Amino acid sequence: MTTTPTGAVLLSLDGITHAFGHVRALESASLQVRAGSVHALLGENGAGKTTLMRVVFGLLRAQQGMMRWRGLPITVRSPSEALALGVGMVHQHFTLVPTMTVAENIALGGHGAFDPRHAADRVRDVAGAAGLMLDPQARVQDLPIGAQQRCEIVKALARDVRLLILDEPTAVLAPAEAVELLRWIRGYADAGNAVVLITHKLRDALAVADDITVLHRGRTVLTTAARDTDQARVADAMLGGTRAPATRVASDVVNDRAGVASGPPVLTLNAVTVRDANGVDRVRAVTMQVCAGEIVGIGAVEGAGQYELLRVLSGRLTPTSGTRTIPGSVGFVPEDRHRDALLLDAPLFENTALQGAGARQGVIDWNSFRTRTSALLQRFDVRASGADARARTLSGGNQQKLVLGRELEAAREALVVENPSRGLDFVATDAVHQALRAARDAGMAVVVYSSDLDEVVLLADRVFAMHDGALIESVKNRDVLGRAMLSGDAGDAAVAMEADT
Amino acid sequence: MTAWRAFAGTTARVLVLLATAIAMLAVLLIATGHDVVPALSAMVRGAFGSYYAITSATIVRMVPLALAGLAVSVAFRAGILNIGAEGQLLVGAAAATAISGTLVGAPWFIGIPVMLVVGAMAGGAWAAIAGALRLRFGVLEVISTIMLNFVAQYLTGWLVRGPLQEPTRVNPQSATLVPELQMPVLLEGTRLHAGVLLVMVVAIGVWWWLRSTASGFRLRAVGAAPTAAASAGGIDVPRTMFGAFLVSGLLAGLAGAVEYTGITYALYENFSPGYGFTAIAVALLARLHPLGVLATALLFGALEAGANAMQRDAGVPSVVVSVVEALLILLVLAADRWRPSRADEAGT
Repeated sequence: MTTTPTGAVLLSLDGITHAFGHVRALESASLQVRAGSVHALLGENGAGKTTLMRVVFGLLRAQQGMMRWRGLPITVRSPSEALALGVGMVHQHFTLVPTMTVAENIALGGHGAFDPRHAADRVRDVAGAAGLMLDPQARVQDLPIGAQQRCEIVKALARDVRLLILDEPTAVLAPAEAVELLRWIRGYADAGNAVVLITHKLRDALAVADDITVLHRGRTVLTTAARDTDQARVADAMLGGTRAPATRVASDVVNDRAGVASGPPVLTLNAVTVRDANGVDRVRAVTMQVCAGEIVGIGAVEGAGQYELLRVLSGRLTPTSGTRTIPGSVGFVPEDRHRDALLLDAPLFENTALQGAGARQGVIDWNSFRTRTSALLQRFDVRASGADARARTLSGGNQQKLVLGRELEAAREALVVENPSRGLDFVATDAVHQALRAARDAGMAVVVYSSDLDEVVLLADRVFAMHDGALIESVKNRDVLGRAMLSGDAGDAAVAMEADT
Repeated sequence: MTAWRAFAGTTARVLVLLATAIAMLAVLLIATGHDVVPALSAMVRGAFGSYYAITSATIVRMVPLALAGLAVSVAFRAGILNIGAEGQLLVGAAAATAISGTLVGAPWFIGIPVMLVVGAMAGGAWAAIAGALRLRFGVLEVISTIMLNFVAQYLTGWLVRGPLQEPTRVNPQSATLVPELQMPVLLEGTRLHAGVLLVMVVAIGVWWWLRSTASGFRLRAVGAAPTAAASAGGIDVPRTMFGAFLVSGLLAGLAGAVEYTGITYALYENFSPGYGFTAIAVALLARLHPLGVLATALLFGALEAGANAMQRDAGVPSVVVSVVEALLILLVLAADRWRPSRADEAGT
C-alpha cells in the first residue's frame, strides 16, 4: 500500500449531487480530507452529511460530481470497493450481529475458512495496535454500547482502512465515553490516518477537528481550518448564513400573539431526568411549565433528548427522577405515525377507537365510532372515502390530520406534537398549523417540537432550545434559537433577550 | 354483513383451493406411477361419497381442526406465533381424561361440560407457560411452544402407561369413557357428535369477541401495531399478549377435550394425528378469520378423510395428500404476496 504523506489530500469530493426522487439531498457538495487530520462534517438535521458519506462509502451513487482518492478519480460502487480502497464507515446505528462474538462479527466480511483462534488473534492485534480495549470472545449483545462501538471501529480497522468515517459516534455514548472516543480519534489521525467525523455537536467538532466542512441543504457552505473559526461562525453557517426566506404557509401570517396572557399551568415538570438503558441521561433535570392557551416550541438537533422529553410530557414515558404534573389524558402526535399512532391496515373508525382502547370495557359500539369518525373527517378536512377506508390508503397529510383530530377530540387540556409537518405538503402543513393554533386559542396547552426551526418559531408563543438533554429558554428568533440549540449556550440567547427588551 | 362476505369469500377460496388440490394430486399420482382415476375416486368417496363418509369421516375431522384452527387464529391475530396447539390439545385431552374418573355417575349435562372446561383450562395453562416465558424472559414462543409439544407428547405417553392406564394394565391407553359421559351423537348410526354444534357456536363467539369487544379490539391492535397500541391506545401490551396466549390455549385444550368425549372416548399415545399442526394451515388459509376457519377446517377434514380412504382402497400412501396440503399452504401464502394490495394502487 502506498502511503500518503501527512497533510496531503487523501479524499477529494467535488460537485457531488444526489437526489432522492425529486428531493435534492446533495447539491454540488464538496469536501477535502487530508491525511493525518480529523475532519468534522457539520450540518443541521437533513443537511446531507450522512448522504454525502454514504456516497463515499459506496452505499449511494452520486448522480453528478467527481470523487478522487489520493488524487486519482474513482467510482465506488459498493462498500466492499470502498473498503478495498481503504475507506471504512461506522454507522450511527450499528451493523453488528448481536448473538455473535466480537471476533465472529469482525471476521464476517472476510472470505474463506473461519478459524476462531485466528480471528480472535486478529482482533487482539488490530485492537491492540489501535489502543482499543476489546474482548474478542465476548458476545456483542452482552457488551455495553461503548464497547459495541469499539467493535465497529475495529471491524473497519481490520480491513486496513486509512480513512474512517464516523457517523454521530458520540450520540449514544455517556459523556466520559465520548471524551475517551474523541481522544482516540485524535491519536488515530495523528498516526497518519484520516477521520471524517459527522456530528452536530459543535463543541466536539471544535475540540478535536483540524478541518471543518459545513453543509446546509446539501451544499457546502463553509470550509475552514478549525483554529480559524469559532462556535458562533460555524453555527451561523449551519443555520444557513444568508439563507433563503423561510417558506411560510397562508395561516402563518396571522401568528403574532405577543403579549397575549395565557392561563394556568397545565403541564409541569420539575427537575425531570430520563436515563436510558445504557445509563446515559437523555433528559437532564428539566424544569418547565406549559400553560393553558399557549404553544411552546422546542428546537433541537436529533438525539438531544427531545424524543424522551415529549414522551414524558405526553405521559408515554415515566421519568427516572423528578416530579411531573400532567392531565390524565394528553394528546400526542408522534413523528412516526405509521409505527406509533396508526393501525395501517385497519379501517379509520378503528383507528379513532384506538384512542382510549386501553381503558375501554365491554362491547364496542362501532356504529357510534363510525359516526364520530365521519364527523372527524369532515371537521379536520381529512380526505378519505369514508370511515371504512383503510388508514394505509390515506396520504401522509390526511393520516396526520386524522391523528391530530383524534387526539384533539380525546384530550381537552394538553397536546404534544412531534414534527407536525414531516412529509406533508404546503396545503396539509397549513391545515395542521391552523388546527394547532385553534387548539391553543381554545385554551389547550400545546407543545410543538420540529426539526425545522422556522416551523418552531412560526408556531410557538415561547421557544426553548434543547441541547444535550438540557432545556434552554430562548427568544423567538430562528438564529438565536438555532445557536442555543447547537451550542447549548444560554448566554447567547440571554444577550439577545436583553437586546430585545 | 361483512362477516357474511368474509365467510362467502373464504368458501369461494376454499372451492378454488379444492380444485387446485385435486389437480395437484392428479399430477403427483401420475408422477408416482399410480392410476389417477381409481385413486381420486376412492378419495372423493372417502370424503363425500356417502352420508356416512360426510358425517363420520369429513365433518368429524373438521371439529378438532376448526377448534385448534381458532386457537391458532387468535394467537396469530395478536402477533403471537403459537405453534403449540398440538401440545395444548393433548394436555386438554389428558386433563379431561383425568377428571372423567371422578365424574362417573354424574348426569351428562354436568359431566360433559366439566370435562370440556377442565380440558380447556389445562390447554390454557399449558399455553400460559409459553406466555410467561415470552413476557418475563423474552423466550420466543415459536421455540417454547414447539418444545412444549414434545413435553405434552411424552407426558401423554407416560400418563397412559401410568396414572391414567386402563384397569387391566395391558394396553397403553386410558379406560374407555363411560357411555353416559360421551358426547351425544347427533345422527343415529354415524359418528357425528354434538361437538360440531359447539364448534360453530365457539367460532361465532370468537369472531364476535374479536370484532365487537374492547378486549378483542385490544388483541387485534397489539397484533397489528404493538407500538401504536401502547403509545396511541394506552394498551398494556404484555398483559394483552398474555391474554391471547391463554385464550389460544383454552381453544386448543377444548379441541382435545371434545375429541376425547366425542370420538376417541380414551386417551392414548397417538391421540392426535397432528391436528394441532394442520390447524396452522387451517388458520392461515382462512386468513385468520374465525368464520373462515370453519370452511378451511372442512376442506382439510375432507382431504384427510379422503387420504385415508385412498390409502385403504387404492393403495396410495396417504402422505401424498400431506404433500398436497403443504403445497396448498405455500400457494396461498405466495398468492397473498403477489396480489398488489389496494393500498399500493391508491398510492400515498
